[in-house]
Amino acid sequence: MQNTSPRAAALLIPASILLALVLPWLLTDFQVFQSTQILIYAVAVLGLNLLTGFNGQISLGHGAFYAIGAYAFAILVQHFGVSYTLALPLAGVVCFGFGFLFGLPALRLQAHYLALATFALAIAVPQILKHRLLEPWTGGVAGISLIKPDAPFGLPLNADQWLYYLTLLSMIVLFYLARNLLRGRVGRAIVAIRDYPVAATSMGVNTALYKTLTFGVSATYTGFAGALSAMAIQYVSPDSFTMFLSIYLLVGLVIGGVGAIPGAFIGAAFIVIVPNVATDVSKSATGAIYGLLLIVVVYLMPNGVWGALGQLWNFLFRSTQVHGKPTGMESQAMARRTGARLAIQKDGSAEAPKLDTGPAANS
Amino acid sequence: MKSRSHVRNAILSMAAMAIAACAGTALAQKKYDPGASDTEIKIGNTMAYSGPASVYGVFGKTYQAYFNKVNAEGGINGRKINFISYDDALSPPKTVEQYRKLVEQDGVLLIFGNFGTPGNLAVRPYMNQKKVPHLCLCPSADRDDPTKREDFKNFPWTMGLQPSYFLEGKIYGRYLAKEKPNARIAVLSQNDDYGREFLNGFKAGLGSKAGTAVVAEETYEPGDASVDSQVVKLKASNADVFLDLTIAKFTVQAIRKAAEIGWKPLHVINTNSISISSVLKPAGLDNAQGLVSASFYKDPTDPRWKNDAGVKEFHAFLDKYYPDADRNSNLFPYAYLTVQHLVEILKQSGDNLTRENVMRQAANIKDQQYPLLLPGIKYNTSSTDYQPLEQMQLIEFKGERWELIGGVINSN
Repeated sequence: MQNTSPRAAALLIPASILLALVLPWLLTDFQVFQSTQILIYAVAVLGLNLLTGFNGQISLGHGAFYAIGAYAFAILVQHFGVSYTLALPLAGVVCFGFGFLFGLPALRLQAHYLALATFALAIAVPQILKHRLLEPWTGGVAGISLIKPDAPFGLPLNADQWLYYLTLLSMIVLFYLARNLLRGRVGRAIVAIRDYPVAATSMGVNTALYKTLTFGVSATYTGFAGALSAMAIQYVSPDSFTMFLSIYLLVGLVIGGVGAIPGAFIGAAFIVIVPNVATDVSKSATGAIYGLLLIVVVYLMPNGVWGALGQLWNFLFRSTQVHGKPTGMESQAMARRTGARLAIQKDGSAEAPKLDTGPAANS
Repeated sequence: MKSRSHVRNAILSMAAMAIAACAGTALAQKKYDPGASDTEIKIGNTMAYSGPASVYGVFGKTYQAYFNKVNAEGGINGRKINFISYDDALSPPKTVEQYRKLVEQDGVLLIFGNFGTPGNLAVRPYMNQKKVPHLCLCPSADRDDPTKREDFKNFPWTMGLQPSYFLEGKIYGRYLAKEKPNARIAVLSQNDDYGREFLNGFKAGLGSKAGTAVVAEETYEPGDASVDSQVVKLKASNADVFLDLTIAKFTVQAIRKAAEIGWKPLHVINTNSISISSVLKPAGLDNAQGLVSASFYKDPTDPRWKNDAGVKEFHAFLDKYYPDADRNSNLFPYAYLTVQHLVEILKQSGDNLTRENVMRQAANIKDQQYPLLLPGIKYNTSSTDYQPLEQMQLIEFKGERWELIGGVINSN
C-alpha cells in the first residue's frame, strides 16, 4: 500500500474497518456467517499470497495447512479442553511447525516441481486424517463436531456476531502484522528472493532460511484460517479439505491480485460467492459456469481485481496528473505480478524475462 | 335510492363477515410454520451438483422431477411444492452454509434427502438447535457409528431413511445364523469406517455365534491394486462361507479369483456390488452363479418386473418428467423412493404443517409400502424408532438374474 496515494489509504482503511464493525448490525445472521467465511478465506489467501505472491514459491497444497490448522484447533478444544481463544493461536503455532518442516525439503524444489510436491501434500492430508492410527484423535471419516462458542463476558452479541468479531479482530491483527513484515527488512529480503535470488544472496540474504521461514509464516496464516473455519463451521472432517480447497485458495489469490494484500478479500469473496451464483444459473453446468467466470475475470483483469481497481482509480482521479503512465496500486500490483512471473521464468524456463516492465521498475 | 344502497351495503357487509368467519374457522384448523402456507410448501435440499461426487447430483434432479409431477397433479393437499436445492459439492463447510441459507434466508419448512454422511453430521447440531426437520437422509447420518443408534434422543429432528451398512451387515448375520448355524465364515472388508460398520453389523446379526463362526478376517485398502492375495488366504482357512464386503471393482476380482483357485463357498456380496452389467458380467456369469446378496426394491432393469405395476409407474414417471435419466443406474429408484416417502409424510401431516407435526408424522409411519419396494418390505417408524427401513430381501444369482430367496429378513 505504501505507493498508493497515502490519502486514499488513510481514508480507505479506517472506512473499511468502520464498515466491518457495523456490518453485523445491518445483516441477517446468515449473512453475518457468510461474511465471517469471507474473512476467514481472506486470511487463508493472504497466507498463500505471502508465499506465492511475495516470495515466488508456488503452492498447490495450502488446503493441507488449512486442514492441519482446523484439526489442531478441533483436537485441542475437544480432547484437551483448551479454550477457543487460546486454541486459535496454538493451531497457528502447530502450522508454523508443519510449514517450516515442509519448507526444508521444498528448498530443493523449484517452481513447478514445488507446485507438484505441495499438491501431493494436499492430496495426502485427507487420506492421512482418515488413517486408523489417528482415528482416536481425528474421529476418522466422521470427523469431530464442536460446540458453538457463545460470546464471553456477557457481551450482548449472538453466537454468529461474536464469531464474526473474533474473526475480524484476528484478521486485522494478522493483516497488520503481514503489512509490517513486508514493509521492513525481512519483507524486502522476501521479495528480493522472488525477484533475483542470486542478487539477494550476494546482498547477504540467507535465502534458505528466509524461504523456509516464509513457508512457515505462510502456513501459520492459512492454518489460523483453518482453525477459524473449524470454529465457525463447528465441524471438521477429511471431506472438508479435499484438494479442491487448495485450488480454490490459488484461484482466490489470482482473482484478488497476486502480491497485493487487500486483494485477499476480493479473492475470498469470489471463493465464497461465485459457486453459489453458478448454481443459481444452472445446476447441470455449475462447473462450466464457474470456469467461464474465472476465465472472464482473468482475461479482463490480468492483475486481479485489485489491480483493475487500481487502474480504475488512476483513470478516474489521476489521469491528468500522470498521463498515460500506470501508477499507484496498479503499478505496484504489476510490479509484483511481473516479479512473480520473472521468478518463475528464471527458475522454470529458459525464456527471457519480458522487458515491458518499465513503469514497474519505477514504483 | 339511498335506502336501497343501505340495504345493499348491509347485505354485502354481512356476506363479508360470513366469509371472514368461515375463513377464520378454516384458519383455525390450519397451522403453519415458516415455509408452509395455503398454497405452497417450501422444501430445501443440498446436493453435489459440482465436484468429484457430482454423479450423485441426479438425486436432486430426480426430486425436482418428482415434485414437478406432484405439482402437475395438483400438489399435496392442494399445496404446490417449491423445491429449493443448492450445490454443496459434498463439502461439509459448504453444506453448513447452504443449510443456513435455506433455513434463515429462504425459510424452508424442512430439509430432506441429503446425500453424504459427513455433510449430514456437520449440519445435524444446527438443524436440531433450530428445530427444523432433517429427513430422509441417504446415507442416514448415523450410518457411521452403530453406537449412535439411539440418536433420536440427542437429535430428535434428524431421521435417515434407507438401510445403513450396519443394518445390511446385520441382515447377513441373521440369515447365516439361521440358515447355516455351523458355518465357518471368512470375511473380506474395506479397511475404513464403512467396512468396519458393515462388519460390526454382521457380528451383531450373528449374535453369540460371532466369536466362533468367523474363522478368518482380511481387509484391503480402497487404493489397493488387487485383493487376490486376501482371497487366497481366506480360502486357506477352509471357510464354507465367504462374506465379501468389497466395493464393485474388488468384488469382480474376488469372484474371479475364487473361481480360479477352485474355492466354492457360499459367497455373499453386498448391495454395492449387485449390478449385473458392471460387476457380474465382468466377473463372468458362470463364476457368479449362486452368489447371495440383499435388496429392498425391484430392480427396474430386471425383465422379471417388466409388467409389474410399480416398475411401470417408475418408468412412466421418468419418461414424462426425467427423460434423459440413465435407466441402468440404481440411483434413480433410490432417489424415487426417497422423495415418495417425503411426499407421504407431508400428505399425512394434512393441514397442520408445523415443523413439530411434520416430525411427529415422520416418526409415525405404519407399515408403509411403495409400489417399487419388493413385496413384504415396509417402512415403520415410531417416536423411539428412527430407522424407517429395517428389512431386506435375500437374493441369489441364478442363470442370468437375481432370484428372491426365503422371506423378508428383519434386522431386529
